[in-house]
Amino acid sequence: MPRRSGTSPPAALLAILLSGTLAGAEPIAPADRRSGFDQMSPAIQAMQRDDESNPGLLAVADGAELWTARPPSGRPACSGCHGEAASSLRGVAARYPAWDARMERPIDLQDRVNACRREHQGIEPLPYESPDLLALTAFVATQSRGLPIAPPDDDRLTPARNRGRALFEARQGQLGLSCAICHDDLWGRRLGAAVIPQGQPTGYPLYRLEWQGLGSLQRRLRNCLTGMRAEPFAYGAPDFVALELYLATRAAPLPVETPAVRP
Amino acid sequence: MARALINLPKTAKAGDVIAIKTLMAHPMETGFRPGADGRILPRNIVTEFVCRFEDEEIFRAELFPASAANPFLTFTWVATRSGRFSFTWRGDGGFDQTETASITVA
Amino acid sequence: MSTRSGRSAMDRRRVLAGAAGATLAVALRPAIAATLPRTETTEAAIRRFLGDNPIRPGRVTLDLPPLVENGNTVPLAVSVESPMTAEDHVRRIGVFNEKNPQPNVMTVHLRPGAGRAQVSTRIRLADTQRITAIAEMSDGTYWSASADAIVTLAACLEG
Repeated sequence: MPRRSGTSPPAALLAILLSGTLAGAEPIAPADRRSGFDQMSPAIQAMQRDDESNPGLLAVADGAELWTARPPSGRPACSGCHGEAASSLRGVAARYPAWDARMERPIDLQDRVNACRREHQGIEPLPYESPDLLALTAFVATQSRGLPIAPPDDDRLTPARNRGRALFEARQGQLGLSCAICHDDLWGRRLGAAVIPQGQPTGYPLYRLEWQGLGSLQRRLRNCLTGMRAEPFAYGAPDFVALELYLATRAAPLPVETPAVRP
Repeated sequence: MARALINLPKTAKAGDVIAIKTLMAHPMETGFRPGADGRILPRNIVTEFVCRFEDEEIFRAELFPASAANPFLTFTWVATRSGRFSFTWRGDGGFDQTETASITVA
Repeated sequence: MSTRSGRSAMDRRRVLAGAAGATLAVALRPAIAATLPRTETTEAAIRRFLGDNPIRPGRVTLDLPPLVENGNTVPLAVSVESPMTAEDHVRRIGVFNEKNPQPNVMTVHLRPGAGRAQVSTRIRLADTQRITAIAEMSDGTYWSASADAIVTLAACLEG
């Protein structure tokens, strides 16, 4: 898996950081794209793969129940409009973030769930990282499991996608790191004992052992930003959706893995 | 009610060794960990899991803070006749939940 | 994935060497969890489980990943050679740790009719350590196996 060899990874990484000579990070070519799944130990791979043991499926089961629950407003349940999720929602998550004509901006899957609640069910949006929003989003995303990530070919998304790429490649925070330094250029090498993944968002919301529960891609990105000693964006910030949009383009055509399990 | 996932075959032949897998949504807060305010979060764990087949206890586990969040347990049983398994988790704060699953043995 | 062996010494050395060189990992890690005082020693917990009976090595297989990416959730499987009949079965299996704040991991009670003495779960490991499983048989003998797990330093923790 490691593409490069030579000096020990931490030393090489530090040298890059200190010298600041990293010339234009090249995005990973589609054929070289790898899910973080490939770098996990067999034990954690098995935990994700086995539907009888994947702990993320607890939340997916919660989401399935919420999907058919009538809201207090008396308006239809999710299933009232969408019907059988296994058919009506198959492939939907693979195409998110997507342009929302009503809001005239790109929205991610969580925003989509909340927009439905507001517009069609007449109920309050769910807070970011709340168990119900994670459960519903995980339930929706699980319907696309195994399908390739396929970002929409929609010109209206281009400015945000470009913004996302600029954010990904810009040095941020007190350590002067960018997302690209680790995840485009140094993936496959080690940071401490951990193998640096490509950072492909194939399985969100996912069950992270570090969290001991399910979390969103935005939560993960906030972790990354904090780790870089950069100011994390607020949940729901347009910059997060821009990053998610670029990340989806960068990950295609890897398959959706929700609910993934990661260390 | 916390979410529980139970997996066992719906049908089996008499004499089959069946695998039973259970997963329970529970934080398993250890009682050793500080919260955001720096104070130790009180222990909140499942302390006991019991599986019965037709009211006969067939498996029991005593759990401790060393169990991971969302406790997962697997064990086996020989299918001899059709009937109902019950699964009970008990723990701190009066946690007490029972789920059931049936098997048809041919 | 094996019962006690000498293999891990080399692995541990290599991993520790890697971690020591990784200053960035240390810089990214907000704080290293303090070691908490233990409530009871491992020896005392094992003594409570088996009384004055001797333990013999064997019959028990303990599977634990040798390298643990996150100590919050570590798959553990124990199996014991036993026909699991009324005359000859495993009554209990106790699992013990060395370095968590509390020495017990799990105690399971089995019945004849289980078909196999085979149990799996997920545990927490606060640190690199040895895990020991002890089986109590219906004839009153005790058998055990141990396995070492190296808990690696995660580079990117939440915080």
